[in-house]
Amino acid sequence: MVEYLILFAKAVFILLIALVIMPVLIYVERKGSSFIQDRTGPNRAAIGPFRLAGLVHVLADVTKLLTKEMMIPPHVNRVYFIVAPFIGFTVIVGAFAVIPWADTFHVAGREIPMLVADLNGGILYILAITSLHVYGMVFAGWASNNKFALMGGLRSSAQMISYELPLGLAMVGIFMVFQSVHLNTIVQGQGELLWGWLPRWGVVVQPLGFILFTIAAFAEANRTPFDLPEGESEIVAGYHVEYSGIRFAMFYMGEYVAIVLSSCMITTLFFGGWQVPWLTTQQLVDNADLLLKIMLGAGGLGALTFAVWMFIYGQRIKGNFGGSIKEKEGDVLGVINLVVAAVMFAAFFRTFGLDLPEWGARTVTLVVQITMFVLKVCFWCWVFIWVRWSLPRFRYDQLMSLGWKKMIPLSFVNIVLTALVILLIDRAGG
Amino acid sequence: MTAVLFYFFAGVAVIGALAMVSLRNPLSGAFALVGTMVSLAALFAMLNAEFVFILQILVYAGAIMVLVIFTIMLLNLDKQELKEVPVSRMRLLGMGAVCALLAVGFIRVFSHFGSEPPAFIDAEFGSIEGVGRMMLGPYLYPFEVISLVLLVAIVGVVLLAKRVV
Repeated sequence: MVEYLILFAKAVFILLIALVIMPVLIYVERKGSSFIQDRTGPNRAAIGPFRLAGLVHVLADVTKLLTKEMMIPPHVNRVYFIVAPFIGFTVIVGAFAVIPWADTFHVAGREIPMLVADLNGGILYILAITSLHVYGMVFAGWASNNKFALMGGLRSSAQMISYELPLGLAMVGIFMVFQSVHLNTIVQGQGELLWGWLPRWGVVVQPLGFILFTIAAFAEANRTPFDLPEGESEIVAGYHVEYSGIRFAMFYMGEYVAIVLSSCMITTLFFGGWQVPWLTTQQLVDNADLLLKIMLGAGGLGALTFAVWMFIYGQRIKGNFGGSIKEKEGDVLGVINLVVAAVMFAAFFRTFGLDLPEWGARTVTLVVQITMFVLKVCFWCWVFIWVRWSLPRFRYDQLMSLGWKKMIPLSFVNIVLTALVILLIDRAGG
Repeated sequence: MTAVLFYFFAGVAVIGALAMVSLRNPLSGAFALVGTMVSLAALFAMLNAEFVFILQILVYAGAIMVLVIFTIMLLNLDKQELKEVPVSRMRLLGMGAVCALLAVGFIRVFSHFGSEPPAFIDAEFGSIEGVGRMMLGPYLYPFEVISLVLLVAIVGVVLLAKRVV
């Protein structure tokens, strides 16, 4: 019974990571694009005094999409038209099951691996599941019975099949170096140090593999510069042109969950996953007391700085809204942050003279590793957005020639080189 | 639990296969086949054949069936071409052959009914390491021959594609 509860909690947790980052990503996409294009971006929607620098717009967007009428045009194939958005979204969410977000957690005599499905197949499972993702787009394109939608569906399936190969081949180097396809083993292998000072991250031992994998991951997620399936200047909006309301939102959310998944994979394979650089799990557990102090102290200082900033901001927006309640936002947020800072400082001083029990130290380690993992994933999500607003789109023949003529040969070269180096090191060592 | 899952996936596989041959719409048929492939993969997973499970989804459901659907969508079949074909003698012969095969299968299945189920192979057998050792160990020669056959196919395709018509 407890086993099932733990499994359930873990499944909910990884879903929460995926589904909470998603709306934040939509916000960051809008705000980040405005930052790159030197605009202000969304900042109007408000709940009471809170505008939260445009974060309320996400709620407004979601409300709009949920309450909008779902149109089913008369010329579509109804069954496939309705099923298609769900295939794409469900499949991507299912792939999160094998991603580890922290080291094995020891509590009350149990060893709980911090991933939902501890499959031996590991990363191959992600490849297999995401290969089903293309059905959503193909069926949407075909069922819409619209030539632009069909073009979009065809483009997406051609693109995803082409780039699945370099994606898989780029990972082979990683499997050879870490001698496993099991994600947690790969992450544990990345905790070691090269020459005593350099973390043995995937990007250090497999630089070419990393570049190939990242490019292929961009193509798999259908993101710029590979967003030809929905190239709006050529085929309106591609496979989801006939969709509206929450069905359209399913495609939209699927795209962002795919970004989170790609970021998780890049982080796990090439950037050490949950590993804190230079600190092993054992070191983290041993120094949990100090870590807790640092976290609480830094958190308190951060909240205090934020509170001061909010008070200054509150002064600045005085009179901007003609005496409306929105002018109070800075003051309200400042007070809230002062309270948070006070609680954190109180906890900080409370930790002195407190003997941290074993499970406490383990929990602190868990929190630190999860934070590390989420931070790395967020960074990569930001790179996805950064690239989208910096690079133009490929032409279709360029896309195909890059995938088949450049990336696949390069990934073979990477495999052969890796094998040679591993062989030479083995010879030298043995 | 295992029995329930087995009957569920086995049922989906059989229904999908039947739907594949009986549905008029070619795309629906292809989609039914995808369902069969995925349920077969689930059955493999329950038999500790983890690697075959992953490859079944990756290769059959993810790549081959996508190509099939791709082709169906590009062919743009008319309603005319989908109309009923009169039952010919060859067709009757084929049906007879299928029925005979089915009968043999049923006899074999039911003659084992109620007897002890065969023992599980150990979990190591179907893992990636296990399959890899098999392929590069005792079965190295057949493995290389199959690679050669695939190479011949690739070269043939390139040759056909390059021919000026």
